[in-house]
Amino acid sequence: MARQIAHTQMADIVVRGGTLVDETGERRGDVLVSEGRIVAVGDGIDAPKGATVLDAGGCVVGPGLVDLHAHLREPGGEIAETVESGSRAAALGGYTAVVAMPNTEPAIDSAAVARDVLALGETALAEIAVAGAITVGRRGERLVPMAELAALGVRLFTDDGRGVQHGGLMRRALEYASGLGVVLAQHCEDEQLAAGGHMHEGAWSSRLGIAGQPALAEEAMLARDIALVRLTGTPMHFLHLSTAGAIEMIKRAKAEGLAVTAEVTPHHLALCDAAVASFDPVFKVKPPLRTARDVAAVREGVLSGVVDAIATDHAPHAPERKDDPFDEAPAGMLGLETALSVAYGALCGPSGEPAGAGDDHGWVPRSGGAPMSMRDLFGLFSWRPARIAGLDRDARGPRGALGGQGGPLRPGAAGNLAVFDPSLEWVVDPGRQASRSRNTPYRGRRLTGKVRHTVFAGEVVVKDGASQR
Amino acid sequence: MSGPGAPTTTGVSDRRVQPDDEAEQESALEPFAGHRATGVRHLLSIADLGRDGILEIMRVSDAFAEVAERPIPKVPALRGRTVATVFMEPSTRTRLSFETAAKRLSADVMTFTAATSAAVKGESLRDTVETIDAMGIDAMVIRHHASGAPLRVTEWVGASVINAGDGTHEHPTQALLDCFTIREALTAQRDGAVPADLTGLRIAIVGDIKHSRVARSDVLAFSALGAEVVLVAPPTLMPASLEGWPVKTSGDLDSVLGELDVVYLLRIQSERLGEVLLPSLDEYHWRYGLTKARADALKKEALVMHPGPMIRGVEISPEVADLPASLVTRQVRNGVVVRMAVLFHLLGSGVI
Repeated sequence: MARQIAHTQMADIVVRGGTLVDETGERRGDVLVSEGRIVAVGDGIDAPKGATVLDAGGCVVGPGLVDLHAHLREPGGEIAETVESGSRAAALGGYTAVVAMPNTEPAIDSAAVARDVLALGETALAEIAVAGAITVGRRGERLVPMAELAALGVRLFTDDGRGVQHGGLMRRALEYASGLGVVLAQHCEDEQLAAGGHMHEGAWSSRLGIAGQPALAEEAMLARDIALVRLTGTPMHFLHLSTAGAIEMIKRAKAEGLAVTAEVTPHHLALCDAAVASFDPVFKVKPPLRTARDVAAVREGVLSGVVDAIATDHAPHAPERKDDPFDEAPAGMLGLETALSVAYGALCGPSGEPAGAGDDHGWVPRSGGAPMSMRDLFGLFSWRPARIAGLDRDARGPRGALGGQGGPLRPGAAGNLAVFDPSLEWVVDPGRQASRSRNTPYRGRRLTGKVRHTVFAGEVVVKDGASQR
Repeated sequence: MSGPGAPTTTGVSDRRVQPDDEAEQESALEPFAGHRATGVRHLLSIADLGRDGILEIMRVSDAFAEVAERPIPKVPALRGRTVATVFMEPSTRTRLSFETAAKRLSADVMTFTAATSAAVKGESLRDTVETIDAMGIDAMVIRHHASGAPLRVTEWVGASVINAGDGTHEHPTQALLDCFTIREALTAQRDGAVPADLTGLRIAIVGDIKHSRVARSDVLAFSALGAEVVLVAPPTLMPASLEGWPVKTSGDLDSVLGELDVVYLLRIQSERLGEVLLPSLDEYHWRYGLTKARADALKKEALVMHPGPMIRGVEISPEVADLPASLVTRQVRNGVVVRMAVLFHLLGSGVI
């Protein structure tokens, strides 16, 4: 395979002078990567002849990031993104693995489409895993061939973009999935309660005259599904939770011992519904930006460990679609290239400061309390999501040195590294991003902290903030 | 989280909701405004004008009301200027009112309506307005079915943008003509003494508040001029949250009738029945319609207003619509005068 041939030609890499973080802790040291794997970790490693030296002075060096939730739009939506462009955006954001969501056209609901996307991923700048749909065409009527997809390595199943509306069908899906070693992931949105709302229902929707969808639309489906996990015992992962009530429900479900995991997005950690006062559809997203109180509760859920992962919900849309009026524009925002920076600002930045400098309308400042440690932040971005997606297992074999995502940083582990500079300030310029789309809500915003280098499967794919291919 | 703004079923309750904790205060809504103010170049929301701006428009409207009485009701104030009306939603009344206003100011007028335009061929709003702007216009009067569309348009064109009604957000010139009409009626009641503002008046807005752009602009304008505003509607037709709105609410029209100086009725759209917001139009009329009996319960000098088009037999009984207290036709006439003042305010310089 192309990647394995490339491995044999790959130069050794020394990542020099950084602070290493992984699940085992935090220490200073260098990392030597050779032939796709970490071969040495320690102080003052000599660079072999011809090695690429990556300066990590002042930086945090962690295992490559793992995104549980990205819309790469291929097949069918290539005008907005492709596996290649999306993987380049991912690499620039420090990701070495991305789970591609199945709401493509056609949907990833058969082995044939899954194989196509996996094949596109073979030459990508990050490991591309696919999520399969739960129902054929995401129509909520018939189950996909789950066992056949699982045999191809599909670990997550979701109709994301929509929730499975029919409770009886969801129960059958969970029952059928038990024993396949897979996880069903839900986009919690009761479409009847959401009733065509385009933003969070509350003070701002009422004032702006935009139809709202209540927090209850998310919480009602979450309540149903937690009860179904209790009934069936099949694990479930909850995508992009956004309300105070939802975080509380996950906390209780975990206390009860149910097999549930939850992710939140960087934008739900940083932005509230006041941002919609601009009527700019870059702030339109599902679930919608919630109140500042919800943002505070989501952050608390992350800090207290209730939330398992931060996932981007990277959702590219062609520029002209975001020029439509708010209630006609599609929902979704870019995330891969800004995720770690935005979350760093919301969780680790100085308190009282918004997650970034710029127009503060809709930005929620980090309130008091100790900042989150870099180790915990990387946990939310790397080893914890890697485990949920089953990407932590080292899968030698037909896919070469893939798998083995999420560290730890020790000899023998896969050569997947993200080097983050927490003091680097940068301004988000949509025209300079790798994504084919420009719908970032952080346009023009000054963010603190940026990914400097990314090493994927032993290859330097990003160096000094620039993509290497 | 603040719950839905469920009105009380009887009497008037104070709905000035206080932030319930610190996190809520951080996002505290600025003085009632539907969007970020865009300054003097555009008129998108009553918040762009504020109290002083509204009063200025009233004074200029007085002058144009005098012009309207002349044998040739036309002045050269905007000669050589071009005003484009861009209506992406059918509205003959408002479009004609703006075009008449522009012509009386000697401006050139371009008309663009969705039914005859490239929009039906799939052209985007951005391309449409950029094309019109490129023809060299000074003001664009825009009506759009989506809330916030005029604010987006200001990012794409060089012309002054005037919101002629956007979705369920705002309709600022309607609110201005409503203020002008009330002020005019008060002047007549007070033997020619023009009131400084609307302080001391109690105004009820009755009907589908939730979906009404007129209500959002009227609440801003009436309260900016010192009036006390009561929103009267069944809970299903109230906005989900009234946090920060300078209003009181009631679910019971009969309990507030006797205290009102103005009853402002909103149109009930029959499509709301399909959304299960009302059991029937008859039931609405029975609870909230301004019937003869309810009109009789009003103070003698109370005013009855409606932005049109009026559905007789639903929000108002036919016999009430034609009473002298009804200012509905006066509102239409004043629409031209106030829109002249708005165009002059944004585009004009020098003397009228």
